[in-house]
Amino acid sequence: MTGSFPPYLILILGALLVPFLKGKTRNCYTILLPVAAFCLIWQLDSGVSWHLHFFDHELTLLRVDKLSKVFGYIFTLNAFAAFVYAFYLKDSSQHIAALIYIGSSLGVVFAGDLISLYLFWEVMAVASTFLILARRTKKAIDAGVRYILVHIAGGLCLLAGIFVYISQTGSIEFSAMGNPDWGSYLILIGFLVNAAAPPLSAWLPDAYPEATVTGGVILSAYTTKTAVYTLVRGFPGWEILIWVGCIMTIYGIIYALLENDMRRILAYSIINQVGFMITGVGIGTMMSLNGTVAHAFCHIIYKALLWMSAGSVLYMTGKSKCTDLGGLYKTMPWTLIFGAVGALSISAFPATSGFTSKSLIIDGAIHAHLIWVWLVLEIASAGVFLHAGIKFPYFVFFAKDKGLRPGESNMSMLLAMGFMSFLCIFLGVYPQILYALLPYQVHYQSYTFNHVVAQLQLLMFSALVFFLFLPLLRRTETISIDTDWFYRKGLKFCMVVIIRLSTWTASKCERIFVHIIPETLSRFAQKPLTAVAISYMKAIGKDRSVIDEFREYRGPETASFGPMGFPVFISLMFLFWLFVFFAFWD
Amino acid sequence: MAIGNQEERYSKMTPRKEFDFFDKPKNIRRLWFMLYAVCGLTLIPDLFTTKHACFGIDSFFGFYALLGFVSCVALILFSKLVGLILKVKEDYYDR
Repeated sequence: MTGSFPPYLILILGALLVPFLKGKTRNCYTILLPVAAFCLIWQLDSGVSWHLHFFDHELTLLRVDKLSKVFGYIFTLNAFAAFVYAFYLKDSSQHIAALIYIGSSLGVVFAGDLISLYLFWEVMAVASTFLILARRTKKAIDAGVRYILVHIAGGLCLLAGIFVYISQTGSIEFSAMGNPDWGSYLILIGFLVNAAAPPLSAWLPDAYPEATVTGGVILSAYTTKTAVYTLVRGFPGWEILIWVGCIMTIYGIIYALLENDMRRILAYSIINQVGFMITGVGIGTMMSLNGTVAHAFCHIIYKALLWMSAGSVLYMTGKSKCTDLGGLYKTMPWTLIFGAVGALSISAFPATSGFTSKSLIIDGAIHAHLIWVWLVLEIASAGVFLHAGIKFPYFVFFAKDKGLRPGESNMSMLLAMGFMSFLCIFLGVYPQILYALLPYQVHYQSYTFNHVVAQLQLLMFSALVFFLFLPLLRRTETISIDTDWFYRKGLKFCMVVIIRLSTWTASKCERIFVHIIPETLSRFAQKPLTAVAISYMKAIGKDRSVIDEFREYRGPETASFGPMGFPVFISLMFLFWLFVFFAFWD
Repeated sequence: MAIGNQEERYSKMTPRKEFDFFDKPKNIRRLWFMLYAVCGLTLIPDLFTTKHACFGIDSFFGFYALLGFVSCVALILFSKLVGLILKVKEDYYDR
């Protein structure tokens, strides 16, 4: 089709104008860009367009179908809310980074081939790093550097996979991968790095909590969800993803329970939630894939809402550790209410968006008769309420009053949170609007009496456990070791080992090449025949005292053992062979 | 800098009397009672309805309540256990 325009270009090209605008004009402009992109996506017809010749291949810069459109809607919707939230911001570099980051994630979603997907993928990694670096603290800069290094490694893995895949199939089209082979596995690993699947996940809780207030809100939505999109598109029904997803759901909960920093708790709960989505991709039925997409849609909204409320607390108090926070309900009631809506949504409380989307994945497992998967997902659902649903709001807004009286956050922040809260409840009450956008036709009723009762039982008894076990959940001023230990501490250990090893090798080499060999050679040069004779005596097993006596003999060796002209003869022979070598060498 | 000017923000004290509902022990007791009551209420429908079991095991009385309770206890205890190994001081990576 012609006449359509890639929506990501609105954001990426739009970012170029930001430096020329100032103050409120600039902030209004950044809010309008995602609105324009949303409207554009709305009127796009299905099909492929914007072809570009690239070496022997033809790139497809715009592929529109229901799957790419639904991700396009939520990406632009979230961008709109995030820029409203960021209205207070005076730092235009963050706006530029955010626009390019969101634009390139839209690029991934609308790219029709692997090469353009890869290019957007890398731009995304680079642009997002600036949202972390913009915090301008040493911790943030270190985390940002680690973040980009992990993503470059993941990107290289993806690139290698794409090369292998193209050389095997001859096609660059990005569609469901049929045969599990080296190429597709490398591509899968590249995608799973961005999806934060353990053990490749530590970058997320390492970097996101170090990002700026608005950076955290924006980061929480795009990197992991573009990865979910690519998995839905490329790897539906790959059984390994069921287990990867199940591990992620539990892994996220365990770490979130251990964490003290509120934004780190939310970072781990992203891993937990993406676990649900990846399980849905692994199950691979139409229902579970719909569930994954619906859950990604709702998750972006409530997770951004949670990051917004945590960001407001951080912005107003300058603190993000649970041990420093508490009692904020007194002065930040609206932030609490909006945060609580997000917390209830992530916990899939009936009448919120999480309930209507997560049920699709769990019912997908039931219909596929996967009892263990279903059980893990139910356990994880209970655990979500524990760590994100109650723990986050409880320790930040209630618990022990730490004497902080920050006052309510900015109006723009509250408006953005209000908008997202509205969407959480709206999609919880009218899920059919979302279901209509899903890639496959769906006739699903999430509000059955049994389902609501079962969910309420699960959640209320989880809440009971939380409060009964509160003494065990007391916060401590600690961090938890994750797999980033291997490159943060393990590499240091490797360096020590390498340095020790090279020092040892150097000392040994010095002994051999500086002492033993030259000394032996010099002895040999002084008394060659004696040396040969001693070697011979050693070889035939002569007594040591005899050898020593022979060595001590100080008589003129050349006079007693050989003619004077012997060394001269050897030198002449050497020169002769040198001449022969150069004269006849060809 | 996104975060700055903290003193100015702290000085925005609310002049009127603080809302301190959750600080009063009497209210906390009420909330505990409500929590128990709501937990009990969610079990009542199981007495009257026949559940459509997905896998057989989920048809007995209060299955989801038990699942929620047991799995949360297990998750907390397990996280406590691994926390013994995984939890380190905040400056661990700076040392």
